[in-house]
Amino acid sequence: MAAKTINITLKIWRQKNNKTKGSLETYKLDNVSTDSSFLEMLDQLNEQLINEQKDPVAFDHDCREGICGMCSLYINGRAHGPDTGTTTCQLHMRMFNDGDTIYVEPWRSVAFPIVKDLVVDRSSFDRIQQAGGFVSVNTSGRTMDANAIPIPKADADKAFEAAACIGCGACVATCKNGSAMLFVGAKVSQYALLPQGKVEAKDRVLNMVRQMDEEGFGNCTNTGACEVECPKGISIENIARMNREFLKASLTSEK
Amino acid sequence: MSKLNSRIPEGPIADKWTNHKNSMKLVAPNNRPKIDVIVVGTGLAGGAAAASLGEMGYNVKAFCFQDSPRRAHSIAAQGGINAAKNYQNDGDSVYRLFYDTIKGGDYRAREANVHRLAEVSGNIIDQCVAQGVPFAREYGGLLDNRSFGGTQVQRTFYAAGQTGQQLLLGAYSALSRQVGLGRVKMYHRHEMMDLVVVDGKARGIIARNLVTGEIERHSAHAVIIASGGYGNVYFLSTNAMGSNVSAAWKVHKRGALFANPCFVQIHPTCIPVHGTNQSKLTLMSESLRNSGRIWVPKKKEDAEAIRAGKLKPTQISEEDRDYFLERRYPAFGNLVPRDVASRAAKERCDAGFGIEANDTNEGVYLDFASEIKSKGRQAAYAKGEHSPSEERILELGKKWIEEKYGNLFQMYQKITDENPYETPMKIYPAVHYTMGGVWVDYNLQSTIEGCFVAGEANFSDHGANRLGASALMQGLADGYFVLPYTVSDYLANEIRTGKISTDSPEFDAAENDVKDSINRFLNNKGTKSVDFFHKRLGLIMWNKVGMARNEQGLKEAIEEIAALREEFYKDVFVPGDADELNPELEKALRVADFIELGQLMAIDALQRNESCGGHFREEYQDAEGETLRDDENFKYAAAWEYAGGDATKATLHKEELKYEFIKIAARNYK
Repeated sequence: MAAKTINITLKIWRQKNNKTKGSLETYKLDNVSTDSSFLEMLDQLNEQLINEQKDPVAFDHDCREGICGMCSLYINGRAHGPDTGTTTCQLHMRMFNDGDTIYVEPWRSVAFPIVKDLVVDRSSFDRIQQAGGFVSVNTSGRTMDANAIPIPKADADKAFEAAACIGCGACVATCKNGSAMLFVGAKVSQYALLPQGKVEAKDRVLNMVRQMDEEGFGNCTNTGACEVECPKGISIENIARMNREFLKASLTSEK
Repeated sequence: MSKLNSRIPEGPIADKWTNHKNSMKLVAPNNRPKIDVIVVGTGLAGGAAAASLGEMGYNVKAFCFQDSPRRAHSIAAQGGINAAKNYQNDGDSVYRLFYDTIKGGDYRAREANVHRLAEVSGNIIDQCVAQGVPFAREYGGLLDNRSFGGTQVQRTFYAAGQTGQQLLLGAYSALSRQVGLGRVKMYHRHEMMDLVVVDGKARGIIARNLVTGEIERHSAHAVIIASGGYGNVYFLSTNAMGSNVSAAWKVHKRGALFANPCFVQIHPTCIPVHGTNQSKLTLMSESLRNSGRIWVPKKKEDAEAIRAGKLKPTQISEEDRDYFLERRYPAFGNLVPRDVASRAAKERCDAGFGIEANDTNEGVYLDFASEIKSKGRQAAYAKGEHSPSEERILELGKKWIEEKYGNLFQMYQKITDENPYETPMKIYPAVHYTMGGVWVDYNLQSTIEGCFVAGEANFSDHGANRLGASALMQGLADGYFVLPYTVSDYLANEIRTGKISTDSPEFDAAENDVKDSINRFLNNKGTKSVDFFHKRLGLIMWNKVGMARNEQGLKEAIEEIAALREEFYKDVFVPGDADELNPELEKALRVADFIELGQLMAIDALQRNESCGGHFREEYQDAEGETLRDDENFKYAAAWEYAGGDATKATLHKEELKYEFIKIAARNYK
């Protein structure tokens, strides 16, 4: 591969911690290989900053293969950048041109407070999961044989598609209401579609939605931006399904 | 030798675990809330253990360095999880899985552990389905299976190419339930900095809050380390950027032996290196070898023309292609174990047939064209189309591929900018998994009492080579079905101990050590970044302790790493402060441990004068380039005792491996 290189200007949000004010800082970066991922480009910038004995830019990342959900970043006004169906770690510099100015900001949402620079706190997602995102089955390995209940392939496939959510928070960051309904809808749907999840379906949706509201996430107004920016292509059908589940549970729950 | 008591129960292999479970001590439910357990790492092993122990009623504290336990690197496992269910009626059994795993590990794993793993494999699938893990299913609604390397049955359960994600999210849901109930306290963005040992027993850890930089003391009656493998010692690997050896290494420094560090798995199907700024390598699941055929051109001039961009792989005719795995290993073909496939690819590239135009010309093809045609034809027939056109066959075939491997194909396209539905994937081996790790006995307890080690962090089940789809199996087996029993057995003697104070000289000393090492880095007046040193370490490791090793190279590596270590401490520059989020400081502390480990890996590889599994010593091969094991002299696990930062002074202890139930033989996949 004959790698091309480009020179770029970066405008990056810098903020020491959640108590101080932040601002956009400008950096020039030369000789960026177009085969590099966006995060490798940031590595290169940090290497440059360290060599100048300056403080490198903090950003979240881990697996760098688009599955752990740790990376984030608002790039040129879009969650996970200009490519579709991808996380920032799988965004490549071939999407940019020589001489481009690239704006890099953290996820912006009340429920995701900034930790430092581009790093935000998404533990609100964990708390929603803790409120009901599970099947209450203890470890035993002796529940019943895995093939005891056949599950229609279509249901299993839909449950899998919902379960493919990586919990990155792009849906929230991109939503003008800061809504987490795609994230919650995906989890509710996964279990609602499977026989194992049906037993607790009512409690689950009521508890998860209650926690979601407590965390300060906004409501859904069906703009559909979340579905467009979701790196895993989670469908907003899942929001509709959650709303149905929620309505059903609200009307029939005995609690 | 006195240090190593493997505590393998007596009796026939199939009864050992059952008998052992029946004879172990229990902790009554009313006593469990009085007992604290620390779990470090929230991947499959750690997450499953924390959830299960929480369910039992223990007070659990779980730690992960990521921002959420759901991000642990188990999530990136793609292809599947093995279980001896025999749903496909193709002759599978617990014994077969046991046998395949021992053989796959090239007869360097402990029989009793592996048999237990095979025994509980079926329970894992039952448990995960009960948790709502959406495995792939057939049209009849039952679970689907596929094949993985080193086996001749279909025992691999999967969820597209995201099996690790689905299993981890299953364990994470169980863990979340316990956190919600208050039985597990979760410490995310926390890194374990040291193990605290009091009177010979593990009694807690020192952790650093990665956001505030605060150094915290946590006490417990038992500590479980499930912190994953050490592949990042090579800098470039398929591991996550944060994956590190530090938790395991700190335990080693406090007295736990570290076994078989040189047993590293180089995975055959990864996307080749593209350049010097590359930060990590990406795996293309082994499951692709169910459908893809691996080849290079038969003629060197064709390979050269491809590298020069003058020829496309699709232009090379069938008779000019060398399907070298099918040629060399007809019985297993493209599904030979990973170490065998990796070496075969290296052999072709070393001989000048590589097809990738990078610095080293290293790359081979993984081609789906045959499978697309054959599955397309089958799909057409299933739809009642008995004379489908070529286009229709290709259309249906690609659809079939997309359903099985869609996310992998998409990932490949994003990274390489090439469409693998139209042109073969380019792949090359990369560091993926480490079979070595902290030495543990049958109970998964290290040589420090009360310190248990699970999952990839321990050394126990995969010998010198791990078979595909077995890591997920081991992680969950350890976490769900082994540790709850063996940790309870240990804790039965702790019900009278009472709360353990963190106000003790041992905690003081450990905390001071941690603070000293942090200050040392921050006050160092160096000039070079941590990555600068890490990349150099990686190059030494890849070139001299990589896919092929020899005496001279290993000796050089030991010297070079010693020199690198000195330079690192003298010249590393770590910006920022101790009391803030400081990723460079985190990296510096981890690389310091990688350097020590790297040297021990070379020393371990040097003492093992044989080739076995992933450990290939060039001096020990047969005429056809296959590994030559030496069972007479090396049928042992090499467990090293720490003796200061200079690994050349480490002491070797040997655990002789006994094969009572499997006849040891040369590994043959031909």
